[in-house]
Amino acid sequence: MAAESARDFELLQVQAAKIMAIYSRDGYEFVAPAMIQPAGVFLDVIGEDLRARTYVFTDPDGDELCLRPDLTVPTCRLHLERNPAADRPARYCYNGAAFRFQPQGADSAQTREFRQAGIESFGAADREQAEAETVATILAALKAAGLADVRLQLGDLGMFSAMLRSVDIPERWRQRLRHHFWRPEAFRAELKRLTEAPSDLVKHIPAELVANLNPDDPVGSEQAVQGYFDATGIEAIGVRTTAEVTANLLEHVADSNAKPLSKKTSRVIERYVDLAAPADKAGAAIKDLAREEGVDVSDALVVFQRRLDLMRKAGIDVSTAEFSAEFGRTFEYYTGFVFEAFVAGDSLFSFRAVAGGGRYDDLMTAVGAPQEVAAIGAAIHTERLLAAIAGGAS
Amino acid sequence: MSTGRLVFAIPSKGRLMELTLSELAKAGLEVRKTGNKRGYRGEIVGLPDVDVAFISASEIAWYLKSGRAHLGVTGEDLIREQMTDADQRVEFIKKLGFGQADVVVAVPSSWLDVRTMAQLDEIAASFQREHGRWFRVATKYMTLTRQFFAAKGVSDYRIVESLGATEGTPAAGTADLIVDITSTGATLAANGLRILDDGVILKSEANLVASKVAPWCEATRAAKQRIVSQILTSVPNHS
Repeated sequence: MAAESARDFELLQVQAAKIMAIYSRDGYEFVAPAMIQPAGVFLDVIGEDLRARTYVFTDPDGDELCLRPDLTVPTCRLHLERNPAADRPARYCYNGAAFRFQPQGADSAQTREFRQAGIESFGAADREQAEAETVATILAALKAAGLADVRLQLGDLGMFSAMLRSVDIPERWRQRLRHHFWRPEAFRAELKRLTEAPSDLVKHIPAELVANLNPDDPVGSEQAVQGYFDATGIEAIGVRTTAEVTANLLEHVADSNAKPLSKKTSRVIERYVDLAAPADKAGAAIKDLAREEGVDVSDALVVFQRRLDLMRKAGIDVSTAEFSAEFGRTFEYYTGFVFEAFVAGDSLFSFRAVAGGGRYDDLMTAVGAPQEVAAIGAAIHTERLLAAIAGGAS
Repeated sequence: MSTGRLVFAIPSKGRLMELTLSELAKAGLEVRKTGNKRGYRGEIVGLPDVDVAFISASEIAWYLKSGRAHLGVTGEDLIREQMTDADQRVEFIKKLGFGQADVVVAVPSSWLDVRTMAQLDEIAASFQREHGRWFRVATKYMTLTRQFFAAKGVSDYRIVESLGATEGTPAAGTADLIVDITSTGATLAANGLRILDDGVILKSEANLVASKVAPWCEATRAAKQRIVSQILTSVPNHS
């Protein structure tokens, strides 16, 4: 079994110094968030994939703790600790270890302990400007470390939300589609169901009960549910009340009575999710789609174009950047702009991102901030970067 | 550090031990305890290269995973729970036709609106709103639960570890639903619980399992071959 000590420690230190110098130049304050974090906060906000790979343990006081699986959440907590009102802008940078379980037999580029060198910016009022600056800083840091030629992959979850807002569907269905965005298969299945057979939504409710459920009469409906419990000998156990169960059953009934999603609406959503184009042509492609389908996403398009312009102004070459509407699906806490940087060209190292990040405006409230805080961050996978540079040079 | 001897791990108590021994006897493999009668070591008559180790069923999974045993008899549920990469570390050779039990997701029967994993996922947000926390799943199968829930796209929940009387936790209020093992479903029903329509995580039974990471050599491979072929001839195929 391989020793678990950090590999290439000296080389990583040299590389980190170059990266951190750029972060510092761009106004990010160096911080060292705690490695050991309360498990609860983390487990509530990170996606399930990461949760299953987080090292969780109980200390002698019985408190549930974890080794941080990334540094974004710890940096959010650090910011909140320094600024409980969460009303001051701040920029932080870090270089430190993160820990994720890797199944045995996973390839050796994936170690359970690895170093992230990243930046986080809180409370920047001009969102697109902050996004362009974040990408510019990361690219400058990659260049300083020795990697100049990168390919950018861009995504925009805000555009997806705008698409959903622009089509005519019940709000509850909109929420469901947004909820399923992270899981392409479930998303397509849901879309198909809402288009073809919303009446399936009550198939699971016993026929003798469904006849007595009326969305306009919640009290009578709850009595019907209670009556069904009494007749069938079901005892209501646990904290979930009969009223809660009834409320959800009534939503199923309301959904099943609603008009199915039109073919046109489902097509516009599907076409958008499938959209992939060079970044500087993506705006036009989205515009075409919106015009052909008769939906209005002009506000989101303005934001999209402005961000691209600001990126150009910041000296970023967007001519090779790719946009994909699906991109960003796997990172559950992102809320808007997302990006990843890859080694340009075809090589062993061009398939795994060397850096990535995005906007996560909900995360500060999730860790306890009293109001929403505009937040964006990105991190460099330092071991991958080192391997990519070494591999490219040889 | 192969000693050339094959270690065969067998459940050390209860019905699982009795059924294992009788199944092996039917295959012509007579297991005898060595040393004192309450000891934990044994041998198979006529197979001098084999050491039998009597250990608890859950520890057998660990013996196979770490390579301390070459062969073992234990439940598939215990193997899969203790290894996220079971198929890389062990080989399931033969289902033995006993110790059947399903690992299932069960919710209170009164949750009429939750019949499927997708519907469970749907109530997560409203549950959080009403009760100020994600719903809790009580289980001793933490690995299987995480893998299954992830595969079904359910992510807004918390696991509470439960080492006994799991089926009572929703009524007691320490959890909201459970993942547990059941053979007939009667205990679940008695506790006011119902299995979700697509909530069967694993149909488990006792298996003859070989470790892929144990120190294999010519002698241990030959001994394995002998045991496996006798069992394969004797145990009928189950569906």
